[in-house]
Amino acid sequence: MKQSWWKILCVVILFYTIIQGLIGAIPRQPILNETLRNVYFHVPLWFGMMTLMVASAWFAIKYLRGGNIAHDEYSAEFANTAMLYGVLGFATGAVWGNYTWGDPLPKDPKLIAVEVGLLIYAAYFILRSSFEDEQKRGRLSAVYNIIAFAAFMPLVWILPRLTDSLHPGNGGNPAFGKYDMDNRVRMVFYPAIIGWTLLGVWITSLRIRLRVIKRLKAEQF
Amino acid sequence: MQEIKALIEKEIRLEWRQKYALNGMLLYIVSTVFVCYLSFTLKVNNIEPITWNTLFWIILLFTAVNSITKSFTQEGAGRQLYYYTIASPQGIIISKIIYNTLLMLVLSLLGFLIYVVMLGNPVGNLPMYLVSILLGSIGFSTSLTMVAGIASKAENTSTLMAILSFPVILPMLMMIIKLSKSAMDGLGWETSYDEIGILLAIDAIVVSISYLLFPYLWRS
Repeated sequence: MKQSWWKILCVVILFYTIIQGLIGAIPRQPILNETLRNVYFHVPLWFGMMTLMVASAWFAIKYLRGGNIAHDEYSAEFANTAMLYGVLGFATGAVWGNYTWGDPLPKDPKLIAVEVGLLIYAAYFILRSSFEDEQKRGRLSAVYNIIAFAAFMPLVWILPRLTDSLHPGNGGNPAFGKYDMDNRVRMVFYPAIIGWTLLGVWITSLRIRLRVIKRLKAEQF
Repeated sequence: MQEIKALIEKEIRLEWRQKYALNGMLLYIVSTVFVCYLSFTLKVNNIEPITWNTLFWIILLFTAVNSITKSFTQEGAGRQLYYYTIASPQGIIISKIIYNTLLMLVLSLLGFLIYVVMLGNPVGNLPMYLVSILLGSIGFSTSLTMVAGIASKAENTSTLMAILSFPVILPMLMMIIKLSKSAMDGLGWETSYDEIGILLAIDAIVVSISYLLFPYLWRS
């Protein structure tokens, strides 16, 4: 019970999010209309992805400092889940864009940034799979993980703000909070961020356990 | 400082002794430009300014990837072990970055010359275009040197080099193409301070990361 309170919290929050997302009240907005409900899913997925990437880079640094192979596994699995969240965020964004911007994939700097980011992390997994030796793989992929993190963050946070973007909060557009949200939406939006992030951590922890079991089993023989 | 100077000198001397590598790179850039010349201007005799610019940077990108890949692979494992015993990893990465910058600068300026001769020169603001070439060379060599270091430890170096380097270099490439496009259109300097600043900032980030992380790479 001590260990699992956050899992229960996660389930409760996500049920609350989904129910509110489907039947809850939202403000009437021009163009956005009912698609504003996507803000409970699309935006928190990106927040979750960022958190997971930070965790992945953090464990990469820890691995380089300590050389503990478990940290390398943590780092890889966090990156894995971050990638999943990235793809999901991309898909929900495409659905949303289809109805509000009239095009699932418009030429938007933030979309380009995310496509590049997903490519970077895909390269990370290819790099991982090309080494046999555990320590060598851990060290080199940790180094690349940190480079990828340092390349991705300015790409997605700074560059879109300098050019014109369709996304709110970029290129002179007002951010979400200003006009589109009212308190009813905020009551769901902020818990949703926590809920999706917790789910990401949960998925990652399960995969890490699986990996550790596999490694221990392989070591027995 | 003394160490870095000695290492750069060693790199240049090494390159000068094996001239085939340098000549190979030069021939590579000349033939690529010639292929573009044949396919773009021979029949139609007309090339759009945007295509001109993009093509030039793509040629430079591939030249950079090809020439920087060998900065770690051309020295055998034994000799690397020798360097490991006598030089600090920081000195080695900084010297390699500086040397690759010089190499890229030479290659890209020569490439630009050949390119202008063959495909015409629509550049409006030449000094600014040269600055963008300078920034591009620095940017390519800084980010590719570290990636080359990673890729050289694996078996399939050249594939891995391409996969690892292209996404990392894309944001830089976008900025450079934007900067050089304004230079082509003959816009003034004040329109492009943003891009120059961002490019320098990205370079600074990459150099500092390489400086911090290379010791871990070098150990293996």
